[in-house]
Amino acid sequence: MTLFGIRIPMLASLVLWALVWEIVGRLDLIFLIPPLTSVIAAGFELVQTGSWQSATTITLRSFALGMTLAIAVGVPLGVLMGRVKVIDNIFGLWVNMFVSAPLSALVPILMILFGLGETTVFVTVFLFAVWIIVLDARAGVMQVPTSLIEMGRSYGASRWTIFTKIILLSALPEILAGIRIGLIRGVKGVVIGQILVSVIGYGELFELYSRSFDMERFWALTILLFAAAMMLSAAVEHFEKRIEYYAGAR
Amino acid sequence: MTKAALARTDGLQTVTSDDPVVQVRDICKKYGNLEALRGINLEFQRGKLTTLLGPSGCGKTTLLKIIAGLVPATTGEIRVNGRAVTGPGPERAFVFQDFALMPWATVLRNVGFGLELRGVESVERNRIACRYIEQVGLAGFEDKYPHELSGGMRQRVGIARAFAVNADVLLLDEPFSAVDEQNRRKFQEDLLQLVELEKKTFIFVTHSIEEAVYVSDRIVLLSPRPGRISRVIDPSIDRSASPDEIRRNASYLDVVEEIWQGLRQYAE
Amino acid sequence: MQMTASPAKIDDALGTSKKAPATVGAGLRRFADEWRSFWVVLSLAILFGAWEIAGRVPISYAFPTFLETLSAFGEMVADGSMIRAYFLTLQPLLLGVAISALFGIGLGVVMGLSEKAEWLLAPVFIVLQAAPMAALVPLVTFVYGIGLTAKTLAVVMLALPVIVLNSYKAVRHVNPSLVDMCRSFQGTRLQQIFKVIIPDASPVLFAGLRLGIAAGFIGVMLAELLITPTGIGDLITYHRSVANYAHMYAAVASIIAVSTLTLAGLQYVETHFLRPEKRRK
Repeated sequence: MTLFGIRIPMLASLVLWALVWEIVGRLDLIFLIPPLTSVIAAGFELVQTGSWQSATTITLRSFALGMTLAIAVGVPLGVLMGRVKVIDNIFGLWVNMFVSAPLSALVPILMILFGLGETTVFVTVFLFAVWIIVLDARAGVMQVPTSLIEMGRSYGASRWTIFTKIILLSALPEILAGIRIGLIRGVKGVVIGQILVSVIGYGELFELYSRSFDMERFWALTILLFAAAMMLSAAVEHFEKRIEYYAGAR
Repeated sequence: MTKAALARTDGLQTVTSDDPVVQVRDICKKYGNLEALRGINLEFQRGKLTTLLGPSGCGKTTLLKIIAGLVPATTGEIRVNGRAVTGPGPERAFVFQDFALMPWATVLRNVGFGLELRGVESVERNRIACRYIEQVGLAGFEDKYPHELSGGMRQRVGIARAFAVNADVLLLDEPFSAVDEQNRRKFQEDLLQLVELEKKTFIFVTHSIEEAVYVSDRIVLLSPRPGRISRVIDPSIDRSASPDEIRRNASYLDVVEEIWQGLRQYAE
Repeated sequence: MQMTASPAKIDDALGTSKKAPATVGAGLRRFADEWRSFWVVLSLAILFGAWEIAGRVPISYAFPTFLETLSAFGEMVADGSMIRAYFLTLQPLLLGVAISALFGIGLGVVMGLSEKAEWLLAPVFIVLQAAPMAALVPLVTFVYGIGLTAKTLAVVMLALPVIVLNSYKAVRHVNPSLVDMCRSFQGTRLQQIFKVIIPDASPVLFAGLRLGIAAGFIGVMLAELLITPTGIGDLITYHRSVANYAHMYAAVASIIAVSTLTLAGLQYVETHFLRPEKRRK
């Protein structure tokens, strides 16, 4: 937006909203919303506590494990679905179904299968992230221009060379886009998993703070989580931009 | 060659002749630091077809959109029928390169859309739309949707829509560039018939030299970066001959060659 | 049951419709097209078969077979508990989705049309969509208790950002040439909005609504598992607590099936009624 001829960046409006939050908090209208400044102060205290640090370690560990597995399974499956019609026909139904299914309903099943611990959270992350990675990898492989593949063949490239040097590289922008959305979904998965399990990691902390009405810490934790999710997404986006030059040339 | 050259001298003398519909005065256009058009002065004759021709990046579409009132000029002014233009007006109608048809509307509604926006009631609107649909050769396609038509047919819808609002000036932005070569030739012939029939002023943008020479009463050559007028040529082709004769006619070929010699320096 | 090639594209960059060119032989494709229902059956059979075998092994004491789950499902439908549960679950879902649709499409369209609204609201909703809103669901109980309002609010919290952002993107990706066309015929700003922008954006608006409903399903399940055990959430929690695993699995599978069928139905409506131009370009 431009105001008096000066361009004000879009993110600046978040500062305005933070101000509104502060004022609402100061007015003491509702105990749920403490002033932002005291939330931030609580945040600085929070990160120094041992309970936060160990909760973060647990959260990061389940998240990293779940995402690694989701990428390791999702990308190859998506590529296979894009190249092999039979596999696409068999898995397509389930992938399309789970990508938008209410997976939060599955968590109670995971809890009885894997116990009230990290494994359940890790599987939740995997289940939240994997489907979109599969679908995007599949879409990326399927929209490789036919002319590029024909070009490879006309210059005598082997099937394997065509696959690794043309199809995979050409699908890279979509694969990365899928991973980025997968990461965002994975963050949601780790939170939903931990909140439902509610005895480990951030789930335990959220439970603790909301039971003891410690709103400063509750919001501090929420803001930390939101910020981490945004930064993660921005980081992958930055990486995506670096390879965008050839995605744009199509 | 002499004939064409003579014709051109004639043309230069008539640049400021009696009955201009559209006057372009000192138009400049800048996009930030990029200068798209510099010092454009032109007059467009009533009832004639004038082509803006030039290589890509010469600002011909920008100039047309400025005349249409869709894009504001940085400096200078456009006068239509003597009045300065501040935006789109009922005396001008635009034909878009990408057709700009509403995909959710039938051919009939698309053609009548200009009238619909003016509040013409539907019976009257459909009557007028049907007449122009027939005139562009799409009778029977009234209830089809744009995606059911070929590229050429879609542009006929775009042209019918522009005719339906009965504007004095028709602005055509590379209307045939998305149409295949065979249909393109047929289109050019049909366009000449429409010019004859409708007695309107046409301003036509193209990058095809042959197309320009074939359809135009006058050709304005623009040079790129920044866009300026480099020459004005009146092809003076005898249009009473058949299309195929015209395309073999020596003066036609001479003008094409002459323009190409002028433009080849811009080819990469 | 044919779904979009890439919902991520809808999530991510609405309006950029990319089509996958044929890479497999046309003959094979025709075969697959003609036998689509065959593939659906085969694909269902393979998964259910695998489930049945895994249940018979059994891989876990808490893993009933497919047939046990199916009969539990039949039992719950017969005794009416399933229907009562859906009656309770669908109320906050429908209410929440309706509220989110009304405000979400409204806000999104305004954001797409006005630079000021975009500046003020877009960053907030971008944050809300990317962030794990689930963390905030427990807070709802503090204000609204454990009733219908709380559950509805949980649905709105998850569905609203999705709908807002997709509506916003839908308006921003309207074909600029159509807007120019409307201007060239002296269309007023209102005519521009209602005769060109909203109709051109409507397929994407509808797709956003569909994604919002998917998020709403997640929200209602979270609310029922977390805040207040009612409806399907109660069925899941109750049968889990009494170790009636087949019944619990049946409840989970049914909500996933209901959500899938709803979304597939909406997709069918979208492609068959909202996009007569589906094949443009």
